[in-house]
Amino acid sequence: MGFLDKEFDDGNIVVAKAEDLLNWARLSSLWQLSFGLACCAIEMMATSASHYDFDRFGVIPRPSPRQADIIIISGTVTLKMALRIKRLYEQMPDPKYIISMGSCANSGGPYWKHGYHVLKGVDRVIPVDVYVPGCPPRPEALLEGLLKLQDKIRKETLRKKTA
Amino acid sequence: MKTPEEIFEILKNKFGDAVVEIDTETPVDKIITVDAKKVHEIGKFLRDDPEMKFDALMSLSGVDDANGEKVTNEEDGTFEYKGGTLSVYYHLHSIKLKHKVTLKVSVPREEPEVESVESVWKTANWHEREAYDMFGIKFLHHPNLERILMPYDWPGGYPLRKDYKNPEYYHGMKIHF
Ligand code: SF4
Repeated sequence: MGFLDKEFDDGNIVVAKAEDLLNWARLSSLWQLSFGLACCAIEMMATSASHYDFDRFGVIPRPSPRQADIIIISGTVTLKMALRIKRLYEQMPDPKYIISMGSCANSGGPYWKHGYHVLKGVDRVIPVDVYVPGCPPRPEALLEGLLKLQDKIRKETLRKKTA
Repeated sequence: MKTPEEIFEILKNKFGDAVVEIDTETPVDKIITVDAKKVHEIGKFLRDDPEMKFDALMSLSGVDDANGEKVTNEEDGTFEYKGGTLSVYYHLHSIKLKHKVTLKVSVPREEPEVESVESVWKTANWHEREAYDMFGIKFLHHPNLERILMPYDWPGGYPLRKDYKNPEYYHGMKIHF
């Protein structure tokens, strides 16, 4: 019949569901669009640096949206920038994920009332997967955001794109 | 090294009516008010004269004086100013002679036109664009008077004016919370 009722002597064979395998591959190599917007970006850089080591989750900065899987909106999204973010997002290949980092990207943050130039939440232009609160969020918070995103990807199925 | 009062006297003798007054009551800098259409000539003199040598324009900023008549719209509580002035302040510093002076021009809100000092200090180029962007002050003979911070196609006027009202949408994105 299939594989499952056979016994394998060769230790190099692993049996898995295609979905699990794909999800595992995806969530373990989330290449990040190298992109920062404001003060939060400093904290994102700290997360990438050796002390917090984003790399151990497979997060590697890529300079082109064509090679990226995830975009971390780290900072204030001005209206001028929002148009560019939308374009960057559209240039990324599927499957693609978004982490909104910090109060600014979540809701406008300190600019929510008098920020004539700030978009009040990046989810008004692109679909966000995980919101990380804080102003700025500490690297631990961003790491937790990433773990949450990995959980989400782990539950994906081929029939339904996002969990 | 000269005090602002001495500089004011020299300017007054040279430019006559184009130099209006000196305000000595201010807590920090004493401010010399000059004519908006002559400020580039005065600036050139201040830069080149061997006794002045103001080689650095430290800052150029626009200000909304909000001293016109305040007209409130009863329906939605918004207001706007009719008349009054917008101002531009120039903070000058002489690195060689180590003295400072502050110039000011005031122009009517309805027709805010100031001569550009870009030909005197290149620093003024972006500063004047910012003042134009935020306050709508027009700098005559500026080589490239475009918005610098806000998008080029910003529909909503000049954001740092006291009676500024934000538009509802920009490229289909809702702006208000
Ligand atoms: S949330 Fe706070 S730290 Fe982050 S970009 Fe906004 S103001 Fe800066």
